[in-house]
Amino acid sequence: MTDLTSLTLLEQRDGLKNKKFSSEELTSEYLKRIDKKNKDINCFISIDDSAIEKAKKCDEKISNNSGSVLEGIPIAHKDIFCIKDQRTTCGSKMLDKFISPYSSTVYEKLSNAGVITLGKTNMDEFAMGSSNETSFYGSVKNPIDLERVPGGSSGGSAAAVSANLCSFSTGTDTGGSIRQPAAFCGVTGIKPTYGRVSRWGMIAFASSLDQGGVFAKTALDASLALENISGFDPKDSTSINKKVPSLLSEASSNDMDHIVGIPKSIINNIKDVKVKNNFEESIKILKKLGIKTKEIELPNLEYALPVYYVIAPAECSANLSRYDGVRFGYRCEEPKNLDDLYSRSRAEGFGDEVKKRILIGTFCLSAGYYDAYYIKAQKIRNLIKESFLNAFKEVSSIAMPTCANVSFKLNSIQSPVEMYEQDIYTIPANLAGLPAMSVPSGKINNLPLGIQFIGNYLKEGVILNLANKFQEQTDFHKQV
Amino acid sequence: MSEVDNSGWESVIGLEIHVQLATESKIFSNAPTAFGRPQNTQASLVDIGLPGVLPVLNKKTIEMAIKFGCAIDADISSRAIFARKNYFYPDLPKGYQISQLDDPIVGSGKIEIEINDQKKLIGITRAHLEEDAGKSLHDKYDNFSAIDLNRAGTPLLEIVSEPDLRSAKESVAYLKKVHSLITFLEISDGDMSQGSMRCDANVSIRKFGESKYGNRTEIKNINSFKFVEKAINHEIQRQIDVVEDGGRIEQETRLYNSSKNETRPMRSKEHANDYRYFPEPDLIPLNISKEQILEIRNNLPELPEEKKLRFVNEYKISEYESKNLNSSKELSIFFENIAKEVSYPKNAAKWVLGDLTAMLNRYNTEIKNSKISYRDMINLLNKIDDESLSGPGAKKVIELLWESDKSVDEIIISEGLDQVQDEGDIEKLIDTIIEENPKQYEQFNNGKDKLFGFFVGQVMKASKGSANPKKVNEVLKKKLSQ
Repeated sequence: MTDLTSLTLLEQRDGLKNKKFSSEELTSEYLKRIDKKNKDINCFISIDDSAIEKAKKCDEKISNNSGSVLEGIPIAHKDIFCIKDQRTTCGSKMLDKFISPYSSTVYEKLSNAGVITLGKTNMDEFAMGSSNETSFYGSVKNPIDLERVPGGSSGGSAAAVSANLCSFSTGTDTGGSIRQPAAFCGVTGIKPTYGRVSRWGMIAFASSLDQGGVFAKTALDASLALENISGFDPKDSTSINKKVPSLLSEASSNDMDHIVGIPKSIINNIKDVKVKNNFEESIKILKKLGIKTKEIELPNLEYALPVYYVIAPAECSANLSRYDGVRFGYRCEEPKNLDDLYSRSRAEGFGDEVKKRILIGTFCLSAGYYDAYYIKAQKIRNLIKESFLNAFKEVSSIAMPTCANVSFKLNSIQSPVEMYEQDIYTIPANLAGLPAMSVPSGKINNLPLGIQFIGNYLKEGVILNLANKFQEQTDFHKQV
Repeated sequence: MSEVDNSGWESVIGLEIHVQLATESKIFSNAPTAFGRPQNTQASLVDIGLPGVLPVLNKKTIEMAIKFGCAIDADISSRAIFARKNYFYPDLPKGYQISQLDDPIVGSGKIEIEINDQKKLIGITRAHLEEDAGKSLHDKYDNFSAIDLNRAGTPLLEIVSEPDLRSAKESVAYLKKVHSLITFLEISDGDMSQGSMRCDANVSIRKFGESKYGNRTEIKNINSFKFVEKAINHEIQRQIDVVEDGGRIEQETRLYNSSKNETRPMRSKEHANDYRYFPEPDLIPLNISKEQILEIRNNLPELPEEKKLRFVNEYKISEYESKNLNSSKELSIFFENIAKEVSYPKNAAKWVLGDLTAMLNRYNTEIKNSKISYRDMINLLNKIDDESLSGPGAKKVIELLWESDKSVDEIIISEGLDQVQDEGDIEKLIDTIIEENPKQYEQFNNGKDKLFGFFVGQVMKASKGSANPKKVNEVLKKKLSQ
């Protein structure tokens, strides 16, 4: 019998539907594998003990043909999505004992679609980090090389898919937190248009940038998973009230024409020649498929990183104020007075990276600095949006590398700026709110690289279709 | 008109009034807003500020704010945009308050007040929407404070005035005007005792004739008309004392303690919060169309000023009476219910503002809690009109209506207040009186006209006040001239 965990989501879905195997079998194979592998990879923070029970119920539904679209598929959630009556830590000591009294919309939607939650995945603390080294629960190791990082902040979710520990997983992407770990772990990851996926119950880092998405083995798997978490949610005011098309049929369509924009100056400035070569090889593959490309300019994108490191910390400094030791979360022992309760609870409950960003954000918003930092950053953010909108007058998607490098060794990056530069190619899509994804594009020294496709607003189907065409022609996504 | 203090000091006052809007649910969550429920039973996930929750704007609050803006002829913003005001406090669950900074819904406007029979315009700087905080309960437990988040997220309209007020009296007149506006607009119950309307006062002093403002202090936590007057007066005097003793006024926030009638420093300017406002990313700006504003403007309810004029014209009452009858919407409705049904609305005004108001004052309550209904008053006034009830009789009825459960008619019967109307009955009474007082009768007939009053008095006394005095006069004239 084939290893069920190595099948794609679509293969598993068909296998379950045609009763080649049961959800119970599939689930227990995953659980066995998690049991064996997680101690090395450390990609799960918690495992749901009721998974097998739920799988049995799914099997009943499948047997009487009342199963939902993802009935019996075992998945993992980034531990940033609240699940009712379950621990939701956000990778922080602050929420180590936090049991959520409600569920996120993403969780609800997938539960209604019939999935089984195997557990919750490790992540950088409050989604702040690009290596998964800031988690209170220890670093996640890259399954491809256990001495290396899986990327971050959704490193646990990327590693779990890469190591066949779940069929697909959810993640969040504020500045590249889905795409960069997808590239590092050799899997497909997509962050949709800002507002496509409800943020209700998804613990906030930077509200105007945070967006939920998925990791999967293939673009087709990702499209099916994504369409099941997307859609308008009246509980999220920034959610987009537009019908979600069948992303799976759009992704697999043969009738879609593409013009892929190549941002010339960005590509010319890639420092690592191997990364540049890999990108150019990928473009050749697209061209071989008959896909048109066009050189474009994306002015002002060089400011994306500094703009991001003003806006994201500013928003996070307010978003994280609620962790004050008063109502929930970590509270210091024997506070002497109110100030002591606040300062010690926060000093002891938050890790260094989180504190650093709260300080940066508080500074940027302070009287006398606000105009010079926050207001200016917002202006440049608008210019970046404009750059993209101009580009999309001529092209249907934009390609660039996901990262400037492959996965690096644990603890090897000590400079915060160097770490922040991890997201140099991914941040622009967050600032503009555009859908973007990473698909495996080959390897350097046996370590995976990704190519990034950025689409126009609500055009997830276009980049998924492009990614699927790319994957039909390549087997990079099968090399993990 | 400025009120000049004896010592030559002029006070400059601006008020920030927080009005709780009378929506059913909170401004950013669907939890109910009712007052006085068991602690923390009306706080939803959003109000508690749990990780991952998001605000959703209650659009009713926008409508209410626009209503207020239209009523004071203010500029209305073309969009509703919110901002986070950051500060730590245990009853502020998120560590920031969702408020408005730029583009408040209501821009500059004006409110007219009347003080010593003079009209004065008070500038309104702005009015913006924000969420209320919860409550810290410091005296419930010995060793720790408790937090009640029922109030957290209750919609507030913060109305900021220009520093146009020159005395505590003007401030109270202005506050009362705002109170009548919000109650007439039905956007708030305006109940200060329940915190539906709260007031902070910015107070400074300067030498009369000076154009520069002095350093101001902000007095927080004033929750009644009476305390506003007392707190401001106290603060003015305190500032004068400090300056006259050679000191200077520090810009600071002070708390008013009503039981001690004093203000105490809360925090100085150096310790003032930097609120680090920035646009609330969880809410996208909401466009407000000209059509929406126009529709609200066209459907504004009758406002106190208009109603005051209408009452004067329609019911022929004095301006003074009309002003008092329009001090609250409920009172104006109570009066009009009566005025529409009786022959002499002027009398209705007299009785409502007189004896009825006296009863409300005696029992320290408001018209909405009146034990005397407008129907009782109609009944009463009709009886006065047809002269079956005397003035003193009506006074008695009003008192007993309040103090007993009897109806108007029951009281009249049980107290024997029905006026004797029958001429025959009155004639009989008069005959008896003449018989009993032959001397006076003779003197009267000999030209001592003054004695007419004596006979009226005797007849009224004999009837125990129940004879209709007019009839007594008529019949007596006839009888005595016979």
